[in-house]
Parts: sequence; structure tokens; C-alpha cells
Amino acid sequence: MSLKIIFSGFGGQGVLMMGYVLAYAGMNEDKHVTFLPAYGAEVRGGTANCTVVVSDEEIASPIASSPEFVVAMNYPSMVKYQNMVKSGGTMFLNSDLITERPAREDINLVLVPVNTLAHDMGADRSLNMVMLGAVREVTNMVSENSVLGAIETVLEGKKKKLVETNQNAISVGSEFIRQSK
Amino acid sequence: MSAKTLMRGTHVLGEAAIRAGCRAYFGYPITPQNELPEYMASKFAKMDDAVFIQAESEIASINMVIGAAAAGARAMTSSSSPGISLKQEGISYLAAMELPAVIVNMMRGGPGLGNIAPAQGDYFQATRGGGHGDYRVIVLAPAYGQEIADMTRQAFDLADYYRTPVMILGDGMMGQMMEPVLFPEPVDPSSLPKKEWVVNGSKGRGSRVILSLLLDPPREEEHNWKLARKYQAITETIPDQEMYLTDDAELVVVAYGTAARIAKGAVHRVRQSGLKVGLYRPKTLWPFPSKPLAKLCDHVGQFLVFEMSTGQMVEDVRLAVEGRREVSFYGRPGGVVSTPEEVAAIVSSAYHGKSN
Amino acid sequence: MKKIFSRPDALKDNPFHYCPGCGHSIIHRLVAEVIDELGIRDRTIGVPPAGCAVLAYNYFDVDMCEAPHGRAAAVATGMKRILKDSVVFTYQGDGDIAAIGTAETIHAANRGERITAIFVNNAVYGMTGGQMAPTTLPGQETTTTPGGRLQVRDGYPLDLSGMLALAAGSVYIERTAVTSPKGIIRTKKAIKKAFETQLEDKGFSLVEVLSPCPTNWKMSPKDSIRWVDEIMTKIFPLKVIKDVA
Repeated sequence: MSLKIIFSGFGGQGVLMMGYVLAYAGMNEDKHVTFLPAYGAEVRGGTANCTVVVSDEEIASPIASSPEFVVAMNYPSMVKYQNMVKSGGTMFLNSDLITERPAREDINLVLVPVNTLAHDMGADRSLNMVMLGAVREVTNMVSENSVLGAIETVLEGKKKKLVETNQNAISVGSEFIRQSK
Repeated sequence: MSAKTLMRGTHVLGEAAIRAGCRAYFGYPITPQNELPEYMASKFAKMDDAVFIQAESEIASINMVIGAAAAGARAMTSSSSPGISLKQEGISYLAAMELPAVIVNMMRGGPGLGNIAPAQGDYFQATRGGGHGDYRVIVLAPAYGQEIADMTRQAFDLADYYRTPVMILGDGMMGQMMEPVLFPEPVDPSSLPKKEWVVNGSKGRGSRVILSLLLDPPREEEHNWKLARKYQAITETIPDQEMYLTDDAELVVVAYGTAARIAKGAVHRVRQSGLKVGLYRPKTLWPFPSKPLAKLCDHVGQFLVFEMSTGQMVEDVRLAVEGRREVSFYGRPGGVVSTPEEVAAIVSSAYHGKSN
Repeated sequence: MKKIFSRPDALKDNPFHYCPGCGHSIIHRLVAEVIDELGIRDRTIGVPPAGCAVLAYNYFDVDMCEAPHGRAAAVATGMKRILKDSVVFTYQGDGDIAAIGTAETIHAANRGERITAIFVNNAVYGMTGGQMAPTTLPGQETTTTPGGRLQVRDGYPLDLSGMLALAAGSVYIERTAVTSPKGIIRTKKAIKKAFETQLEDKGFSLVEVLSPCPTNWKMSPKDSIRWVDEIMTKIFPLKVIKDVA
């Protein structure tokens, strides 16, 4: 199985971190992974995006032209990627910032109020990990334990509190999905 | 660091270089490869025996490589397309003076200033020498993170063994992309074979000269033939390629580097619709792996070359095939990155065009 | 019998190919004498230029590595950084160091590279046949300044040594001339001090030597010497330009 996901949003929302943690978690499960950040002119103007592929086989192309999943953390990202999502795929929207909805009937929508959820747990900046928790819960691309472990590795050398906050944010995201079911 | 680690291509290259015993890096900032000099700067700052200089220009940095290589160090520089143009003078001298060095080109869109998106427009420049005079540069073309690590080690070994500059030809995307990598054990530079030709002060021996000036035409001719024999030996020894699903293929896509990964994605797709399509991926661009490609003519009906350029490697494919099979071309220059779907559609129509 | 004159160890037993009256042979000899006197022949590496002295490795009996035209300072930088205990010098003409190699030279000086540059200024491109150099004087006739160097067309002589003195990494810079016994002694002292500056790990050092080129100036050796002393030194005065060693 090979799953592709695009994370997008504006700078400061921790978009690259989401992809990096997911890719790390996949690697820790001995899966094939690629993490492709947008760079240069594409990211000028404050937008950021990255593509992650998690696969059981060798990954041919790291580029996701029709990804199974797209995460849009702001409105411009939804507009940019709404037509790319594979039919039957899922789009995750930060419903705190995005009030519009994609004009497509053939994809699933998962609305996560990540700003609110992060604020409520007292960690505004952890909105990215809240979203990643939700994404993981829905997609099952990797296990929750792998993600928690990946956060520890990725934030190695940082304060223990920061690691814990990010890990908690993952749980907040998954819990939100479980509650919504 | 024996477990796998997730690193971007530029960092993989830097780490692999250090593990290959590289102790001299000279460079000049240019996107999209700045993370490589930054990596070398941060690592070398903690190493007593390593030299990092951010030079005043690409020209200066390749000449610092000349100096460090002549002094016996495993030396490297890196840049992206416009910067590599500036280095060509020095690369010609390295070849002429028979100095080992590793040059990295993370290609971007061109010509001119172009852009900073991934492209493959420097194939001719890399494989035809690039600078003045009758010489060649070994060109390695990785496509995967792990291959970047392995080929970087190989590049330093080949450079030393043949006393010749080796280029690692990647592109902007490859430099940015992260993949899991398992690094080889580090080499202790002092354990490497002793170089009996370096200039390091003439203690206990006669003085030596490393030069490229041979005013007497017969001597220059002799030197040219000596280099030619070396290039011939390299051509007979190191060509390498990946052949993917070519055994039963009626059409084979030929692509290298990032384009080869996109092409592989395309091959997956068309195979699902039952098309007998394979991929031929040169891992060495010079010397070009011609023989296995020519051999494919025995059962492959046609070749489709896919490059992120307007068509450069396609010439080498045509030379290898020698007119025995049709060779078509599909390219996206200028930093446009094709999708596997797009290439699959091209492959599919070429396939049906031929068999219908 | 007492031997009072012999070839320095740092020179090979090859006759110089330089033109009669040219300063290169004298300057070669001075550099070799200094290398002998400092006892550094087996740890010295020279980087010759493209120019009349391109064949300097036929004369210096030390390790040498050629550099592309103008790039000697960069090649020397790479070398010296790897071989910290070596003594690395470049030997460059005015076109090499002050035109095509300006950037490499200024930045090597600014980094305070522990190298020594011997800069031979004869106000003309010698090997290529007498074209205008960056140091060609106003009004000076060359093959590419017919009627003389004209400021509005050809610009002004470049004071590279003065520019290098402004770089914080340069430590010792002196301009001398090999046109008299006194000047030759002065030049040797300067070269020695420049090498000592490097040996003492202080920074970048350079000696600019004004040197006659009778062939391209189309003058007799005697007139060439007079031209250096009376005309050239007006634009390029002999002096210690910087000494913070």
C-alpha cells in the first residue's frame, strides 16, 4: 500500500513539521517514506507545503499529483489543492480558518477546529500536531505510538515540556476524531 | 549512526562526504543547494582537521579545491547550474592536472539565471566536459536518498583512484527531499591509500610540480592520449544502470535522476493497464551505460526518453541504439516537474501508436 | 679558495629563459635565497602565475602547483589550509594579480590567509606581447593603447597594493624595485620579512616589486631601469605600504 498526503498552510502553522513527524513515524515502522518540502519561489508569500508518501514498497515518484489526503490549514491552501485530491480521498480542513467548502462531491471532508482545540489545551502553537493527530486517526497511515516516538526524535534536545505538549496535542486531535464518530 | 535516519538530500551528501574522508569544502551560496555548504560548515566547525571556506566566488571555490586536492586532501565543492558554469575553468584544470575532486551540481532551471526549480538542463555540460579542452568528467546520477549516500562515497573513491574530477549530478528537488538513509561507516582519512604525487613540501625527496602547461605540442599530445586511455579504462569499468521490468518490455522509458523516479511511477501505472513497459535508468551519465541499452534492442520495440530538459541524454540513447529502434522523446524543461500520470499518458500513447 | 657566489639550493640548475634586462631572474634568485636562509625549502610550496613566470617551476627547486590565470591566491588558500605547517607563496604578474585575479587576491588578503604573494609589476602584459596591464601608466604606449594609455578610454593604473592594505587581514605589504643594488637588497629584505610574517602565523603578506621589461617597453635595459626609477615610482612610490606584523 502507498499513501500520499499533502500538508499545506501558511508559514508559522508548522506545516513542514507535520510532514516531517509523519515521515519519521513511517520510517520508524520500517516503511518506505519520502518527505518533499516546497522550496524557493513557491514558498514566498508565506505559504508552505510538503508532500509525504508512506508506502510498503519502494517509492517511485515522491510527487503526489493525486494524493489520497490533503490537509489545508488555511483557505488559500484549500483552493489550491481541492481539485488535486484523488476521487474518494479525504480533505482535512482547519475549520477555524476555513468557512468555505470544496466544490466536490466525490471526496470526504474532515473538519477540525485546530486553533480552538490547541487554544483549549493551552498550547496555541501546537495546532499542527492537533491536526496530525486527527489525520493519523482517520488515515491510519502509521500508528499513534510511532508518531509519539517520532516527536521525541524530531524534538531531541528540546525541553521535555515541549515534547510532552506536542505529544498531548496528537492525543487531542485523535480524541476529537473519536468523539466525532 | 547505524540506524536509518531521515535527511534531506543535501545533508545526506554532506554527511556521506565527511564519512568518505572529505576534509575540505569550498563553496559559494546559490539556491537550491545552500543546505549542503551549511551542513559542511556546521560539521567542520567541530572538526580540527577539516577546512570550510565560503569563498568569494564559484571561481575561487573550485580553485581552492585545486589547492586542497594538490595538497592531498579529499576536497569538494557544490553549486547549482549557473555556479557550475563558473567552475568549468577549474574543472578543466583538475582534469588536466589529474587531481581528484568531487563537484556537486544540484541542477536548476536555465539557461541564464533561469529559476531555482529542479531541472536537468546541464546534461551536456556535465557529460561533455563543460570546460575547454579534450577531457571528460565522471558523472554520477543518484535518484534516491540512499543512492546519494552510496554514490558520494563512490565519487571520492573514483576520484582518487583515477585521479580525476567526479561530478554528482542531482537537482533541486533531490536536494530538498528527505528519505531514510543508512550511512556507511566513516573512513579515517589517514587510512586511505597514500598519494605519491601530492605537493606538500619536498621533505626527503626531490621537488614535485603539478601542472597543465605543456608548451611542446608532442608532449601535450602525449598527455591528451594518456588522459584518453584513462577515460577509456573508465568507460570499460564503471558504467552502471538500473533496469526495471525490462525483461518482457516492448517499450522502455529511459530517464535518470528525479525524472527516472517520475518515469518509474508512470511505468507502475501503465503496467496496471497491462502495457509491457520498463525503465532503463543510467546511474553513470559519463560513461554512459550504452551496452546493456543496446542489448535491449533484441526484444524492445521502442525507447522513450524522458528528461527535465528539451532533450540532451536522448542523444546518448540514440548513439547506443544506433538506429535499430525508434527513440522518441518527452521533456519538460525550465523547472517544471511532471507527474507520473502525465508521463504515463505519453508512454501509453507511444505504446499504442507503435503496436496499433 | 673561498666560495663567494653560488646558486641557492632553492633554484634548479637551469638557465633562465627571461629576456635580457628583465627583473624576473633577479626576483627568482632573491626568493630562492630567502627560502635557503630561512631553511624552509622542504616545506615550501610555490604557485606560479600565467604570465612570463609561468615556467617558474623550471627554476624553483621546491614543490609547485600551477594555478589558472589569476587564481593563485585561491589555489594557495586551499593548499595552505590543508598544510598548515607549510610555507605557501604565489608568484604573480600585474595582469594576473591585479586584473583577472583581483577578487581572489583581495579576498585572500581579507581572510588573512597565511600566504605570501610576490607581485611583479612591470606595467605591461609580458608573455602575451605587451598589451595594457592594470598597472600601465597614463600615456604609456602598449600594443592595445596606441598613442598611450588614455584615462577616458582606458582608465587609471590600479594601486592593488594600496587596496590590499585596506583589507584587515593583510599584515605586511611593501613596494620595492630591483633597479639598483640598494633596491635589490631592499627587495630581499622585504621578501624575507613577508615569508617571516607567514612563518609567524600573522596574516597575509605581499611584496610588490617594480621590475623592468625592456622588450615590451621597447627600451634598452639601461633606459628601462631609468624609466622605473624616474617615471614608474611617481605612480607607484617605493615604500612600506602596511606593516602591522
